[in-house]
Amino acid sequence: MTNGWETVVGLEVHVELATETKVWCGCKNEFGAEPNTNVCPVCLALPGALPVLNERALELIIKAGLALNCQIERVASFHRKNYFYPDLPTGYQITQFDLPLCYDGYVEITKADGTSKRIRIERIHLENDAGKLLHAGDDVAAAHSSLVDFNRAGVPLIEIVTKPDIRSAEEAGLFLNKLRSILKYTGVSDVKMEEGSLRCDINISVRPEGAAEYGTRCELKNVNSVAHMMRAIEYEAARQIDIITAGGVVEQETRSWRNDRGVSVLLRTKEDAEDYRYFPEPDLPPVAVAEELVGKVRASLPELPDAVIERLMGDYGLSRYDASLIATEREYVTWFDEAVELAGAEQAKAVANWQLNELFRIMNERGFGPEQIPVTPNQLAGLLKLIQDGTITGKIAKDVFEKMVDSDLDAATIVKREGLTQVSDEDSLREIARRLVAENPGPVQQWIDGKETVAQWFMGQVMKETRGRANPQVALKLVIEALNEHTAER
Amino acid sequence: MHDALYNLSATELNRLFVRGQVSAVEIAEAFLARIEAVEPRLHAFLTVTADSAVETARELDAKRAAGEPLGPLAGVPVAVKDNVAVDGVRMTCGSKMLAEYVIPYDATVVRRLKDAGAIIVGKTNMDEFAMGSSGENSAFGTTRNPWDTARVPGGSSSGSAASVAARVVPLAIGSDTGGSIRQPAALTGIVGFKPTYGYVSRYGLAALASSLDQIGPFARDVHDAARLFSIIAGYDPLDSTSADVPAPQPEFPSEPDLKGVRFGMPREYFGEGIDAEVKARLDEAVATLQDLGAEVEECSLPHSKYGLQAYYVILPAEASANLARFDGVRYGHRAKDVADVAEMYVKTRTEGFGHEVKRRIMIGTYVLSSDVYDKYYKKAQQIRTLVARDFDRVFEEFDALITPTSPEVAWPLGERHDDPIRTYAADVCTIPVNLAGLPAVSVPCGFAHGLPVGLQLVGKRFEDSRLLQFAWAYQQVTEFHKVQPPLNTEGGR
Ligand SMILES: [Zn+2]
Repeated sequence: MTNGWETVVGLEVHVELATETKVWCGCKNEFGAEPNTNVCPVCLALPGALPVLNERALELIIKAGLALNCQIERVASFHRKNYFYPDLPTGYQITQFDLPLCYDGYVEITKADGTSKRIRIERIHLENDAGKLLHAGDDVAAAHSSLVDFNRAGVPLIEIVTKPDIRSAEEAGLFLNKLRSILKYTGVSDVKMEEGSLRCDINISVRPEGAAEYGTRCELKNVNSVAHMMRAIEYEAARQIDIITAGGVVEQETRSWRNDRGVSVLLRTKEDAEDYRYFPEPDLPPVAVAEELVGKVRASLPELPDAVIERLMGDYGLSRYDASLIATEREYVTWFDEAVELAGAEQAKAVANWQLNELFRIMNERGFGPEQIPVTPNQLAGLLKLIQDGTITGKIAKDVFEKMVDSDLDAATIVKREGLTQVSDEDSLREIARRLVAENPGPVQQWIDGKETVAQWFMGQVMKETRGRANPQVALKLVIEALNEHTAER
Repeated sequence: MHDALYNLSATELNRLFVRGQVSAVEIAEAFLARIEAVEPRLHAFLTVTADSAVETARELDAKRAAGEPLGPLAGVPVAVKDNVAVDGVRMTCGSKMLAEYVIPYDATVVRRLKDAGAIIVGKTNMDEFAMGSSGENSAFGTTRNPWDTARVPGGSSSGSAASVAARVVPLAIGSDTGGSIRQPAALTGIVGFKPTYGYVSRYGLAALASSLDQIGPFARDVHDAARLFSIIAGYDPLDSTSADVPAPQPEFPSEPDLKGVRFGMPREYFGEGIDAEVKARLDEAVATLQDLGAEVEECSLPHSKYGLQAYYVILPAEASANLARFDGVRYGHRAKDVADVAEMYVKTRTEGFGHEVKRRIMIGTYVLSSDVYDKYYKKAQQIRTLVARDFDRVFEEFDALITPTSPEVAWPLGERHDDPIRTYAADVCTIPVNLAGLPAVSVPCGFAHGLPVGLQLVGKRFEDSRLLQFAWAYQQVTEFHKVQPPLNTEGGR
């Protein structure tokens, strides 16, 4: 895959904060409202309107910083970043420049091979989102008119900037998923990519493996899902490698990712880079971030994914990879913990297996989110009990599980209603085995000829006759007995 | 009796109304008639809110009839500079950009005026976006000086100053970024007060330079100015730069007395460029203060001379960003027949803004460019710190400072059209006060060349009430503020 090249990636991730109101005014921060209904003189930048910092946004960025292992700056100071765009009412974005609120953090990712890696966070700063442009036409250039919705203007955003520590699309994907988990766990953001509450710019360069210097980087904008990001990284790395191997030089550029076409296109070159004329925001004097506030936020942090992973590994012997899958969503962890609580710690691995295999498969097929887990921990615990005491087989259990998804019934009720109890009664099973052997002279002959797998085939027939309710071990034993009896009789 | 209503102070009008000697509607109508009579010669107003003024007056009369509590400005007509938002009223900021713009909310000071029972009679003319010190940068014609209609009234709060001086309103609201209240007050012979930065909320004031702008009162005497100040001042959660201090309630003793009060005279403010007659009036004012028991001594503010240069970096820098919102997208002027967004911006702003505004936007955009930022903007901020430190140092020794408000009297209209530098220099005594965020008041201290001269008293941060007490004491023993401008005596009613 690498062909002697190394890909170097740094990410700038924009995340909308889950505050009730916008960052500089009291307008509601909600997705999907009628256009231009959540607006006021401040977020429309009417003459004379002034910004006031939303304390809750300050708390949430500190929370994000602490959850991402950052240092917290003890002063909140803001700058104006000047540029003209129709979705930006003030003509400048209020952001942070030399003193981001959080700096020097990291995120630990776990790869499929079980190894982990630390991706360093350079800084996290607070700023406001812009409005949303709607073009009447296929794109901006073809549009004969454009409309602006300012409901999003002034929504609090944090920008999380990583160090160039990411080395592949896979690592980038793991990082973004982990980041998402942490931000959701802490309630910092809903992180709904489809609603634009998480957006990502990618800085990417390539260099020969083992090289000490970084290559020239390009910035990819407009990436709004994990899958798109991974695809964009692979495309862009290949593009840069092609240029270099053809004897060319990679130019420092800002490019736009067009996922529909699977390509990146040039937005602007380094020469065209805009001068944002940053200067301290005179409407927002710097405010001290009290030790007390940081302490309060720290105390409010929930158990974070890394702690969950360590706990599931330590307490239940789960693999790092399995533990990290459960840890992706807080709801999954809660579900796992409740199921283990009900089924007993010795069933923890079984709980994990059911959760990771059956449950996630079904949820995936049906497009359920983590807040829509269709089986209760209590239902799973009941099912495990039936398997454990031999009432049902593992195969039946999968059917029962599927049936639980579509009903609120517990496993025992389903088993009873559907007559799925495992048949371990040797007399009735022996009768079936003997009859099958009598009725199938062909396979019997194969058995005589020494083909031992015929026993498995007969066992399958027993299972079929009993609609899977037979205890497989018992059935196999009785089938072999019946075959031996039959050949002995001859 | 009603013919003379416009000669009364705010305090007197309020008293008459509260005692039932005159109705609010009578007051409103008398002042609206006065506006109509004087406006053709003065041009102080851009919008007269006659209907809502009468409506407010009716409500006040009903309140009084019902025995409900009446505010401290009940029945007092007030004019508001056209860069301060009055809900539902056109707000032009003196610019073509906002010629037809009706703003949908009240500035905090306007809200407080309304709550205090003031009758807002209109919006006053000003230099475009408060950039100027003559009034000539208004996109809607120049306000005249009531002392000589061939001369400028000063600026940028030209209409507010001229309307108070011409007895068209007893009180007016202005804004002061580098002298825009004090200088026109001096040039029209009235009281103009710039409070400590942060004392009065800026919410609803179209920003020129956010770190320098401050709203303040115009009145004909210090007592009225203090009354208006006490209503508009005080903490506002909508302005993050608003100081968390209660509204001041200046009190005045029965007798003027400045015994033991120490005044400093910064020698840099009396140097070259000051008109000899203006200097003479200042000397007389010093003698008057000494007669009241004050001690006056020379002092030095060595960095103030760099203040002008720092100001003309910081102001354009902040203004260039503050005026970016006027882009034709959401409100205000929008150019027609444009091919794309970029052309819309360029054409809209080229058409909508006047020369001085464009000049300052260009300067501001340049000084903030990343390659010269340290050389200009950062350096200017350093100078600003030094200017402020000078004041802190002299205030260890003195209670207040005496300077001229303007080194010269009102100049003829059109004289300095092509000389922005000379116009800028007129603000040399007022600008350092804004850089340091201090309170300063201009009071009339006589006449030079037949035109009013202003005495500027500069106070300590948040000691605004004390500063007003000094100015009040001075006015108790002087008569300059009672002299009527010729426009009034010629004009009759
Ligand atoms: Zn808003």
